[in-house]
Formats: sequence, structure tokens, C-alpha cells
Amino acid sequence: MNMQDKGIRAWLRAEDVQSPTHAAIQNLWLTWCRFAENPLGVFGLGIVLLLVFAAIFVPYLAPYSPFDQNLQAALHPPGGEYLLGTDELGRDILSRILWGSRITLSIIVIVSIIVAPIGLLVGCFAGYYGGWLDTVLMRITELFLSFPSLILALAFVAALGPNLQNAIIAIALTQWPPIARLARAESLSLRQRDHILAVKLMGASNLRIVLSHIVPLCIPSVVVRITLNMAGIILTAAGLGFLGLGAQPPTPEWGAMVSTGRRFMIDSWWVVTMPGLSILIVSLAFNLAGDALRDALDPRQE
Amino acid sequence: MTHTTVTNAPAPRKRLSRKRYSKFGKTLISVATTLFLLVVLTFVIGRLMPIDPVTAVVGPDADRATYLKVQQELGLDQPILQQFGIFLSRLFQGDFGTTLLTGRPVMDDIARVFPATIELATVAIFLGAGIGIPLGVYAAVNRGRFADHAVRLVALLGHSTPIFWIGMMGLMLFYANLGWVGGSGRVDIYYEGLTPDITGFLLIDALLEGDMDVFWSAVSHIILPASVLAYASIAYISRITRSFMLEQLNQEYIIAARAKGVSARGVIWRHAFKNIRVQLVTIVALSYGGLLEGAVLVETVFGWPGFGQYLTNALVIGDMNVVVACTLIIGCLFIALNLISDLLYKFLDPRIK
Repeated sequence: MNMQDKGIRAWLRAEDVQSPTHAAIQNLWLTWCRFAENPLGVFGLGIVLLLVFAAIFVPYLAPYSPFDQNLQAALHPPGGEYLLGTDELGRDILSRILWGSRITLSIIVIVSIIVAPIGLLVGCFAGYYGGWLDTVLMRITELFLSFPSLILALAFVAALGPNLQNAIIAIALTQWPPIARLARAESLSLRQRDHILAVKLMGASNLRIVLSHIVPLCIPSVVVRITLNMAGIILTAAGLGFLGLGAQPPTPEWGAMVSTGRRFMIDSWWVVTMPGLSILIVSLAFNLAGDALRDALDPRQE
Repeated sequence: MTHTTVTNAPAPRKRLSRKRYSKFGKTLISVATTLFLLVVLTFVIGRLMPIDPVTAVVGPDADRATYLKVQQELGLDQPILQQFGIFLSRLFQGDFGTTLLTGRPVMDDIARVFPATIELATVAIFLGAGIGIPLGVYAAVNRGRFADHAVRLVALLGHSTPIFWIGMMGLMLFYANLGWVGGSGRVDIYYEGLTPDITGFLLIDALLEGDMDVFWSAVSHIILPASVLAYASIAYISRITRSFMLEQLNQEYIIAARAKGVSARGVIWRHAFKNIRVQLVTIVALSYGGLLEGAVLVETVFGWPGFGQYLTNALVIGDMNVVVACTLIIGCLFIALNLISDLLYKFLDPRIK
């Protein structure tokens, strides 16, 4: 193993870097090594990968359909035929949780896809241009930050109408401000760097400087920030689902499942416990992985 | 506008230096703009509704004349800017309109439900700070050892747990199975309405009345929701306390204190902790605001007749007057808490004087 790897390992650790790609790959490798030193982080990453795996291969993994009712097996306790028990309509909870992983994952992915560019652009333009643009953009950002995110999301969903799509829009609306603020701080410090001044001297327009020289450099920290926010996104989405303002039943969204199970929780603990546990495990995994990623990318801390 | 008068005010008096004065003016301007934008945002949220608000009042079968009359009464026939003007002027009179279901003024309802939430959040913040701060100090002192990792795990779990779910787990265990605490509501049902509304805070009212049965019933009802609510802030407060403490413990004056023979406990509490008190006060003030967010979910789980439950009920039926009022109030509270924690920091810190 070691002998075989030697060529690659030597290349990954080589002092004489041959090309920018080589340097980039070396950098990634170093980050990964630091990440791998944190067992909890690797554990979290493992669960996240498991979630992705489950979401992709649900049709082959789930023992039952998430919607098929079997009233004779209603509120069946965990064990035997139904590994995690059944709900009040006799639907298999394990299958519903597995299908729910698709919803959770798609919420995270869509929110991140919406939020990252908005936050990056707002933050980088505000930070680079400064002046009134900065003032206006940051005032708006601060306004959104002055709300607790769940309350703002609730208000938006109430106004737009309760469904999964609007819940995603509402969560995205509450998630971009911290990213904008971060990107602004980064671009403020980048603005004075020599390489930006060099590009400026060569006659690049401001727009070009921001889009092709500042934005790319802000991306790593934004990625870390989004990873750290993912647990919050999951919890907000679950909270909306629980209040009946996110995904609507019979969609197997985890928060909505907890909400419907509430009426039966005294006699049938598993109906509430299982979906709640999956929310807890997945958001814990994102928190662990995010923490480890931040430590790996920023070795100065502690 | 108010903020312009502040910056154009005559030269500062002797105690406030010019620099500090302009800083104060800047804070005021930024608070005023944030408040104004907040009002704009809530106005927009109130107008986003895909259903026509007039139809919502008169019903789909109403004839044209009724429709126009109601539209005029609601001020919805005016151009949008004038509607905003009406919204703003009514706001200054503390008028948020009436609720859809009961027709009562929203402001009255909010005044009625608010004390319950404040009571819950206050008990929770005492629990959160009372447990979170010692945990954080303990973790910092034992940095890198088992205790530190245990506290870190508690904090991570606190950040990852769906608060509504842990509330239900608590109800299942401590109420249904063990019978240690009361179930939903603020008191047992047969005590309901016995205590006159003096302050609106049931715990205090019961004590003032000398009614110990009601008091203990209220305690048994508040303890679980308050602990659940406190859980998330314990996570936050303990992490921050830890990092504040570490910063202090690494400084030279700590070594000096140890060298001159101060006991370990004395170094931790009388030297290091003393220096982070001010920072902690601001953190606790900020997390008090975060509790309001959790309260929406916790109150729903525990049937707590407070602000959160009021808001949730309004959300489900789409009562936008209530939603707008609640959002605005929470936004104002947040801005106020931010400002207070800023000011506290400035006034309590002996170095800034």
C-alpha cells in the first residue's frame, strides 16, 4: 500500500511545485489531511455521505412505499417487519424517513445554490466599491440580520402561502445576510492587496476585478460558512414543517412527520421519536463536519 | 427626521467629547434607518399575500358595491405609497388593525399574551446563563481534557437538536411516564383563572396573592418548557464563555496572580472571570432575543398561551394583521436588545470611561 502510494504521495508533498494545478491539489490534500485528523469531523462527513447515498438510492433501499397505508399494521412498534415501526396510517416509518432524506437534502442544496451567489455578489460589491453602495447594501443586510431567522421565514411563508417551495424561498431569504457580511469583510481586505492593484494598473474594469479576481478568492470561506449554516437550514426547515408551514402531509418531510405523530406520542413513542432523531443526527453531522472543515482551512484558530 | 436633528445639534457639552458624541449620533442614525427599513419590510410582507385581502373579508360572492366599499374602508384603493403612509401613521398610534377571527384589536391581544412569553423566556435565560456560564468556565479551565470535550459535545448537541422535538421527548418522559412536571398550559386546569391579573406574570401574581398551590403548580408547568428553551442558549453561552475565559487565562496577569500565591479558585473567579463579566452580560442580552425565536416552537408544543402560540395560530389561518404586528414587534425587540447590549458594554466596562 505504502510502496504503491509512494509516487503519488511524493508528488503531493513535493517541495518543488510544477504548476498552479499541482499547487492547488497539494493544498487540497493538506486540507484533507488536517480534516482527517479530527475523528468527529470524519464521523460527521460519513453521516453526510450516508445521507447523500440514501437520498440517491432510496427506491432500492426503502422496504415499503412512503405513502402505502396498511391500517391493520397501524402504530406497529419498532421491530420485526417494520424496523422503526409504523405511523397512525400503517405507513412504514423507516421508508418515510429514507424518502424524507431526499427532501432534506434538496432543501439544503437549493437553499445553498440560491444563497451563495446572492451573498457573494452583495458582499463583494459592497466591500470593493465602498461608499454609498456599501452603506445601502449593508443596511439591508443588517435589517435581515436583526430578525431571528425562523420568525422572518414564518412571516414570508405566511404571506406567500404554506408549501415546500415557499419554505425554501423563505429560508433562502433569511440565510444570505451572514454570507454577504462575510464576503464583504473578505473583499475589504482583498481590495488593498498587490495583485488587485496590479490588475487595476493593467486597466481592468471594476466589474471585472470584482467578478474574476475578488469573488473567486472569497469562495472558500463562503463554502465553510454555508457548511456551518446547513444544520441551521435543516432545523429551520424542520421547524416550518412542524408548524405546518413547510412541506404538507402526506409528504414524508421529517418536521411534518413529528407534527402528525404528536397526537399519538403518549402511547406510541416511536412515531415522534424516529423522525426527530433523524433531524438531530443529520444536523449534528453537518455541525461536526463544518467545524472540522473550518479548523482544517483555518489552522490559525486555537 | 429625528436623526438629522441629532447630528446637526449644537456643539457637545463638556463631558461628552466631540468624537463620542458623533459616534452616538451615528448609532442613532443607524438604529433609525434599521427601524424604518423594518417597517417597510413588514409592510411588504403584509402586501405579499397572494389572496386578495378584500375578498378575504367580504367573501368571493360579494357584489361589486360591497367589494368597493370594503376596499375603500381598508384603504386599499389608494396608491401603494399612500397605503404605506396610512400604515405608518396608524403604527405611530399603536394601531395594528383587528384580527380576522375575533375582530379584537391586535395590540390588545398582544398585550394580553406577551407576559406569558416574557415569563417563560426570563426563567429560561436564568437557567441558560446559570448553567451555561459555569460550564464554559469549567471547560476553559480544563482545556483539552475530558470535561472540555464533554462540554463541547453538549454545546454541539444543543445546536443540532430540533427544539420542538426535544420538548415532546421531555413531555413524554417527565410528564407522561414519570409525572414529575405539569403538562401543557401555565397551571393545572383547576387553578386556571383563579389568580387575578396583577402583573400578568403568573409566578409573581401567585406569590403576591400568597396562593402557594397556584405558585407550585405554575412552577411545575414552567420548568420543562423553560429548560427546553434554555438548552439551546446553554450551548451558545457555554461556548462563548469558554473562549472568553481562555483569552483571559492566557494572559500574563494570571501567571502573576498564580505566582503570588492566589488560590486556583481565586485566580479563576476573582481575576479571570471578573474581566469577562461585561462581555457576558452583552452575550446574555443577545441570547435573550434568540429565546423569542425558540419560544414560537416551544409554546406550540407545550400549549403555552403566549406570543409564540398567538403568532403560530395566526400564521396557520393567514391572519396578516397579526403576522405583521408580531414580526414588527419581534424585530423592534431585537434591535432594542442589540442596542442595550451595546450600551451595557459601554457603561459597564471600566476601561471605556
